[in-house]
Amino acid sequence: MFEYAPAPESRSVVDLAGSYGLFIDGAFDSGKDGNVFKTVNPATEEVLAEVATAGPEDVDRAVAAARRAFGPWSELPGAERAKYLFRIARIIQERARELAVLESLDNGKPIKEARDVDLPLVAAHFFYYAGWADKLAYAGFGPDPRPLGVAGQVIPWNFPLLMLAWKVAPALATGNTVVLKPAETTPLSALFFADVCRQAELPPGVVNIVTGAGDTGAYLVQHPDVDKVAFTGSTEVGREIARTVAGSGKRLTLELGGKAANIVFDDAPVDQAVEGIVNGIFFNQGHVCCAGSRLLVQESIADSFLDSLKRRMATLRVGDPLDKNTDIGAINSAAQLARISELSEIGSAEGAERWSPECSLPERGFWFAPTIFTGVTQAHRIAREEIFGPVLSVLTFRTPEEAVAKANNTPYGLSAGIWTEKGSRILAVADKLRAGVVWANTFNKFDPASPFGGYKESGYGREGGRHGLEAYLA
Amino acid sequence: MPKSVKSVTVSPEPGRLSVRKTYKLYIGGKFPRSESGRTYLVDGDNVALASRKDARDAVLAARAAQPKWAGATAYNRGQVLYRIAEMIEARRAEFTALGVPGAEVSAVVDRWVWYAGWSDKIAQVAGGANPVAGPFFNISAPEPTGVVAVVAPASLLGLVSVIAPAIVTGNTVVVLAAGPQVAVTLAEVLATSDVPGGVVNLLTGRYAETAPWLAGHDDVNALDLTGVDHPDLAAELERAAAGTLKRVIRPVTGGPDFTADPGLRPMTALLETKTVWHPKGY
Repeated sequence: MFEYAPAPESRSVVDLAGSYGLFIDGAFDSGKDGNVFKTVNPATEEVLAEVATAGPEDVDRAVAAARRAFGPWSELPGAERAKYLFRIARIIQERARELAVLESLDNGKPIKEARDVDLPLVAAHFFYYAGWADKLAYAGFGPDPRPLGVAGQVIPWNFPLLMLAWKVAPALATGNTVVLKPAETTPLSALFFADVCRQAELPPGVVNIVTGAGDTGAYLVQHPDVDKVAFTGSTEVGREIARTVAGSGKRLTLELGGKAANIVFDDAPVDQAVEGIVNGIFFNQGHVCCAGSRLLVQESIADSFLDSLKRRMATLRVGDPLDKNTDIGAINSAAQLARISELSEIGSAEGAERWSPECSLPERGFWFAPTIFTGVTQAHRIAREEIFGPVLSVLTFRTPEEAVAKANNTPYGLSAGIWTEKGSRILAVADKLRAGVVWANTFNKFDPASPFGGYKESGYGREGGRHGLEAYLA
Repeated sequence: MPKSVKSVTVSPEPGRLSVRKTYKLYIGGKFPRSESGRTYLVDGDNVALASRKDARDAVLAARAAQPKWAGATAYNRGQVLYRIAEMIEARRAEFTALGVPGAEVSAVVDRWVWYAGWSDKIAQVAGGANPVAGPFFNISAPEPTGVVAVVAPASLLGLVSVIAPAIVTGNTVVVLAAGPQVAVTLAEVLATSDVPGGVVNLLTGRYAETAPWLAGHDDVNALDLTGVDHPDLAAELERAAAGTLKRVIRPVTGGPDFTADPGLRPMTALLETKTVWHPKGY
């Protein structure tokens, strides 16, 4: 392996204040109770900033501001709403470097991913939905589709700004107003987005950001004046939200966990497939709901394929997220690191064989070496539960029917991968996989024009594309 | 006191005792009695009173039938639905004798014909190619969500308006029917219309008793509460459905207008969208 000199991105492009408040009705404030929490850089454990915790009264104020803003915003001609969204998209492009560094600092993801994946997709998402704002009558939801009102949106920490874009862009394009709660461990990019909204001169109250932990999210989801709830996160919390919303008449979309199978047939192009498997599970430290966390490899090629995979894994660079050479950054939090470690120990205890390449991990911060388990059976917890980390469980199969049966043998149904050179097999297997996104000879591709979302316990509703409008229209 | 006169008396002839119909459940293409042995009296008829076990048997039958029904060609499913319309037209007298107005029977026939035509069109309307920013083939297509449990409204038109949009796309259903004589007569239509056994399973009885088992059933994908007339029970069923994140169609306040154009939502609410990516290149 070649030695690479460090190529650090400068963090001076981000001007961090010591503390941040809530963004309600177009202005920042510190919240009624003055409670704060700290957000840390998971690569160094350095405190980045103190952030206000929104209590029930703060959520009330945010929802009230969104309600006041809803009338005028929904009555704006679509073409005018569109122009606000186009402005936001442009400002995001202009500030992309700053936002990418900020995202890497607060989340721990490699700068090359924040720079090349997250931020371009964020801007593209606003551009895409901006264009829908004045074309809703042609979207296939009736001649005069109406917005729902105030949307309460709760997003996770794995792609903080991208998940915000997935939620906010379609909601605003369709004439709704939003109260968004970013994740407790990654609140900063949402607060910078609030500043983007100010720069775009978005009317006050159209976008409100309330920061805090699970309690803040629960107040928002339960709030009687919220018309629509959108949540991305764990299946456990998704279930709880569905129970909370039951009987209230609130519309609900959920994008939840996954345990995707990445199926490699014996005729797959090996180098391409290895790249796809590595990208599928180690992209974003495996903190991806659609991660290809179960490798199903055809038995006849399993040994040689795993050799190739291990060789490739040995070249992965784990370390400083701001180093442009880094492939795998920091685990987002101590709690997540503990969960990954615990499930990995269970994997070993249940009899699977654990392997990681030799790699030195930084002393401070939260780190986990890329890991694969072989000899995994369908009964193992590491084959059934979402680990949400850089841990791959390897199973084998003999026939396409067996591959499909194993791939579908999960309560989840978010994504799946197929690697084969045979076109008819791709189409037949894709038909049989019970998953909302199927990547064939590729993996982890996203686009604002492409609907994304799960079957079964991976949730309901779609984000992206024309389909993504439906969640916000009556 | 229940009415002592049988609700269906076709061509009574003096001096001849008519042969009555036994109203039974419809599960897996067969007409069993309730495994519980229970019946209840409806307008003078002893109707099977479905139990929890019957509901679970019906889910098994629906699950077993689902892959093949979804795997049939859309053209084939459309032909089967059209055949249902033909069979109802032929049994018009039987429905009117049960008190269904002639105009409603006509609307029911027309509704089956309408949905029959959707079978091979909905995928183009609800799906399509996605113009992604890269060298990829990218397509989204609707697929059936799987097994749907339905609390059906009482009218024949309402019953058909919840069954047809579910099955036309390849779902299979377990229906808790109100208005049991009409529902069982519809089941007899389905049994003679080339609808494969298990695609529609129909239980008579008290939905308040059986619906909670279906709402909490791990092998049910979606729950249609259109026929639930108690808001508290609807909320309770929706909460139970959250356990496995079932798709839920909520009851409409004031009851839906089944004579109106149904639109796409009754179908799309029971569809998943699958998006497939593949690189382009030489």
